[in-house]
Amino acid sequence: MVAAGTARKLVFSWLGNPGVGGLHAIRRRVEDTNPAPLELEEYSHFGMVGRYTAGASNLPFFPLRSYFETDLPKVNPLIRPIRSPYGDETVYAVPPLKPDVTVVHAQRADADGNTQMWGLLGCQKEAAFAAERVIVVVEDLVDEAVIRADPNRTVIPGLIVDAVVVEPWGAHPSYVQGAYDRDNRFYRDWEAISRDAATTAAWLDEWVYGVSGRAEYMEKLGAERVNSLRPSGSAPSGSVDYGVYE
Amino acid sequence: MSESRRDGPATGGSTPADSGATPPGFTRSEMMIVAAARELAGQRVCFVGVGLPNIAVNLARLTVAPELELVYESGAFGAKPARLPLSIGDPTIVTGATAAVSMFELFSFYLQGGLVDVGFLGAAQIDRFGNINSTVIGDYEHPKTRLPGSGGACEIAINARQVFVIMRQSRRSFVDRIDFRTSPGNLGGAEAAARTRREEGWLGSGPSVVVTDLGIYHFDETGEMRLDSIHPGATLEQVRDTIGWQPKVADPLPATLAPTSEELRLIREELDPEGAYTK
Repeated sequence: MVAAGTARKLVFSWLGNPGVGGLHAIRRRVEDTNPAPLELEEYSHFGMVGRYTAGASNLPFFPLRSYFETDLPKVNPLIRPIRSPYGDETVYAVPPLKPDVTVVHAQRADADGNTQMWGLLGCQKEAAFAAERVIVVVEDLVDEAVIRADPNRTVIPGLIVDAVVVEPWGAHPSYVQGAYDRDNRFYRDWEAISRDAATTAAWLDEWVYGVSGRAEYMEKLGAERVNSLRPSGSAPSGSVDYGVYE
Repeated sequence: MSESRRDGPATGGSTPADSGATPPGFTRSEMMIVAAARELAGQRVCFVGVGLPNIAVNLARLTVAPELELVYESGAFGAKPARLPLSIGDPTIVTGATAAVSMFELFSFYLQGGLVDVGFLGAAQIDRFGNINSTVIGDYEHPKTRLPGSGGACEIAINARQVFVIMRQSRRSFVDRIDFRTSPGNLGGAEAAARTRREEGWLGSGPSVVVTDLGIYHFDETGEMRLDSIHPGATLEQVRDTIGWQPKVADPLPATLAPTSEELRLIREELDPEGAYTK
């Protein structure tokens, strides 16, 4: 969305291609305002997690022991020092963040939107509870009984979900724990593709505007590439017994 | 900081695996990764930064620090990656881990709660007091180079008990003045930094080790970096040519113990067969 020019502003804590390098489409917009300037509102990881947490909990701010002696509060006046009401201590505060829409990707949900995930959870739960609307994209649509058999794994309840999109492989080039691997080749290729505005535009034409949807995108990626991303083995969790109490 | 740590591995501060072997030759990057890994001997919980720290910490887990709990900011505690993850968002850091937790839990309870012994960071710029820039080169509003930013680095620098840094030396990276302070080190010197940490209630004691492609630095009583070990093949002239200030140098200056054949095998065959980190 940044490369395509549809995003006007980024609220963020990190913008890189992990293990590979920088994000050139963002750098072009920030360093050269090409094709347009990009507004930045910058925090740290814990700052962003705290913002979602405050947003989800209906609090006016989130306090944290970050930002001491850093230049971040100088460039983002929304990061502010506050005094503890119980003593002399100063901590920093970040404001609540309530996204209009949060989109999360998960392994499975039922038709009511009750969503279960496992693996790295990030701050998907906080971001979902903070949002006005929630869209859940899942690998599998399952029966309600599957959800109810393992309630500890329910991260997002259907109560706050507005839409469920069943889209297997929908997280590519990222991964879904137990379903497919991170496509590291894509991230490495992106370094060269994104270095130049013209090759970035050509990639968008071919892989975004030029396909009718996700199914065609996956077909275009090819069976060999797709199959290479399947886990090399299975590592099922042990099952637990919740017990019956009648 | 203990004497054995200050002395570093070259004088017996740690026991590298297979220490009797004669290595067949190695690159500067390999020496840097090996030296960084050895610094983790005796540590228990390490917060792993993106990039070079990732391979160094994983090498430590396979050699000098088998008990090391690897913490990845995406939400893994006690990770046992079966392959070296390119990213900190990778399924291999979850399978077999001690715990997979939310980022809220990780940053609140584990890091801010004081459970992290070492935060291992990389950086684009560092100054003599170990203050780190990973945000911008040039002016913030109109940067020459927009870098990835803090991620978790600023809170790791404040809340991890100590901070290790791994980065290659150059005049562009080891600078007299950093362009932006993303993560605080010893601020303007040890005394002021200790006072600030006390007054502001930081848990961390700041940077303690910087490992580069040329040598190993620790921080002296003034809070400034001091070259305590020079890698085999590197010269003091090279060290001085790649630092933007006159660096303090230990006297006598020991040579870093060369990588063992086992350390090199682990890097080349198990951790980084494609050479992504060691080119």
